Amino acid sequence: MCGTTDGESDRADRSAHDKDQDQEPGREQDKDSDASGDDVHDAERAQFSALLEDSAEDLYDNAPCGYLSTLLDGRIAKVNTTLLDWLGHTRAELVGRKRFSDLLTVGGRLYHETHFAPLLAMQGQVSGIALELKAADGSRLPVLVTSVVKTGTDGQPLLIRTTVFDARDRRAYEQELLRARKEAERAQEVAEAERMRLHQVLAILQNSLLPPALPEVPGMEAAAYYHTASADQLGGDFYDLFALGDGRWGFFLGDVCGKGPEAAAVTSLIRYTLRAASLHAGDPAQALDTLNAALLERYTGNDPRYCTTIAGTLTPRGGDLHVTVASGGHPPALLLRADGTAHYLPTPGGMLVGIMPRPHFTPATTVLRPGDTMLLYTDGLTEARTADGPRYSEEALHAFAGTLAPAGAQQTVNAMTGLLESFGDGLDDDTALLALGIPAPDTHTGGAR
Amino acid sequence: MDVVSRNNVTVTGQTGAPVIMLAHGFGCDQNMWHLVVPVLAERFQVVLFDYVGSGRSDLTAWDQQRYGSLDGYATDVLEICSELELSDVVFVGHSVSAMVGVVAAAREPQRFGKLVMVAPSPCYIDDPRTDYVGGFSAADIDELLESLDSNYLGWAAAMAPVIMGNPDRPELGQELTNSFCATDPGMAAVFARTTFLSDSRSELASVRVPTLVLECAQDAIAPREVGAFVHAAVPGSRLVTLEATGHCPQLSAPQATAREISAFAGAAR
Repeated sequence: MCGTTDGESDRADRSAHDKDQDQEPGREQDKDSDASGDDVHDAERAQFSALLEDSAEDLYDNAPCGYLSTLLDGRIAKVNTTLLDWLGHTRAELVGRKRFSDLLTVGGRLYHETHFAPLLAMQGQVSGIALELKAADGSRLPVLVTSVVKTGTDGQPLLIRTTVFDARDRRAYEQELLRARKEAERAQEVAEAERMRLHQVLAILQNSLLPPALPEVPGMEAAAYYHTASADQLGGDFYDLFALGDGRWGFFLGDVCGKGPEAAAVTSLIRYTLRAASLHAGDPAQALDTLNAALLERYTGNDPRYCTTIAGTLTPRGGDLHVTVASGGHPPALLLRADGTAHYLPTPGGMLVGIMPRPHFTPATTVLRPGDTMLLYTDGLTEARTADGPRYSEEALHAFAGTLAPAGAQQTVNAMTGLLESFGDGLDDDTALLALGIPAPDTHTGGAR
Repeated sequence: MDVVSRNNVTVTGQTGAPVIMLAHGFGCDQNMWHLVVPVLAERFQVVLFDYVGSGRSDLTAWDQQRYGSLDGYATDVLEICSELELSDVVFVGHSVSAMVGVVAAAREPQRFGKLVMVAPSPCYIDDPRTDYVGGFSAADIDELLESLDSNYLGWAAAMAPVIMGNPDRPELGQELTNSFCATDPGMAAVFARTTFLSDSRSELASVRVPTLVLECAQDAIAPREVGAFVHAAVPGSRLVTLEATGHCPQLSAPQATAREISAFAGAAR
């Protein structure tokens, strides 16, 4: 308590008296005993008075906190003994000679001038500001300072009253907290920077596993999209579209089991193996045979690595594209026809690539005519959780494609991208889309990724 | 976010009258001017704002690099001038803002008609090499940063949601002690460093507009020697010493401060 005023000793006396009354046993029951009770109070009151006979001056001077009054220009007009003792100054050294800010450290003075004084002027009071006082011997005393502007009856400020609390223990504790917080902030910054760096590396790696842009194929429209489920993980989906020579084109799209760096290494092997194999293979099934052998050879024993893939070739014939595909355990391609219908190109029974020494891959053929589009996708699309709960499905995708057809490659990919976004958090796996088609006669748009 | 909301721009006073732009310094925000605004608003159009990182500015617009130099704060001023299509502005900069005004006027002279530098200091750190006395050492500035830290201990947790207008925690909506001028401690530390570690002495000579240097008789931050230095360095400047104590004459001697600004701003060039 530090609000020393003239009436203080009287108030302390009275409140002690009141408290005593509250605790008096049996008072409620026996009102007649009030007279004898008053005798007790009188005796105690006399005792308290003896203890509290100190004057307002004494309470002010020896209060358990520093107390000082300053003029509006900061000059010290009055200071109590407690504060003088803390600082090791005499009254004569301070009163009329020093300003409050002279007692502060230089940094504290800057803070006082830029924060404390303006706040005090605007609010009329400032409370609990941590500052350091400079003692006469050069030592520093951490304090908590509260100031109030005393105004005259006309509302004009007259002087500033300031209480000063010793805050050595508190400050030590606060500094400990501050240090811990700064350390935590630094650690978080480092972790955040590391995470950003990892994301960058992953993004670069991920891009290296996909074609930087789809090639321009004469008379054909191609579009692709890759959704990365997590910025912290490399995905295992892949696709590509590339020239085979003689006007023919090869393509594939697939999904490696697993995620992360190991899956990325497999993806890299698959991509280059399939590209090379497609150049020499008689048909896509043969290319998958070669990939199967490469995976078996590379990943033996207790670290089997496999994938699902659909690979194919495009052969232009008189404005149409003859398509041959082979599937190794991959969801079937979806055909969006110019007549507005949509159906799957069934490739049932194909085996996972990289598991069996003598695999069987399911071939299929179709012809794309102007306005037709073929969509390849990974099961991130069909196995996404819908808002209603169940997973999306090949049936639902079929129905969606039915409402979409006829649609060009880019239009199809755009619609599918919108569908993927509509799943929100339900889309928890990487998803690759690759659409190939022949533009309808009046809507030619260039290939884009 | 548009510049007006970003910098919490307030326009008051006489529409169509000459424009006075009041720029706060380090430590507070446009509230600093509340005692002089009523006087100035009688004759002028008065533009007030908070720098990004101060007061009720949009803290999401904060950029550590941009606001790590006076040029970044000058950009705030110029963007406000551009947004409000101001020209021939009487720019009144308190403390560090006096130098922000110098930087801004050098970049886009056509915006500014006059400068008023209130308690300016082009360099707070002593420079023994040139016998320049700024009043402080680099270690003193570190001490100030410590003071900032110890007084903002609870800020980030308690104040940020209030400043950001977070409605999820209504218990924080009540007026907090010392909430005037409260701001993010990290941003305040950057502003403090920029303010007290910048050296703009060489830029004073570039000032081409009529300039009033308003200093206080007793200023612990910008002592009389610094006021004299600024006055000597700015070509053709006028120096007025206010019978005021402290670094903020707009609070400690608002009538005299407003009178001087008004007389200077209203005078023919």
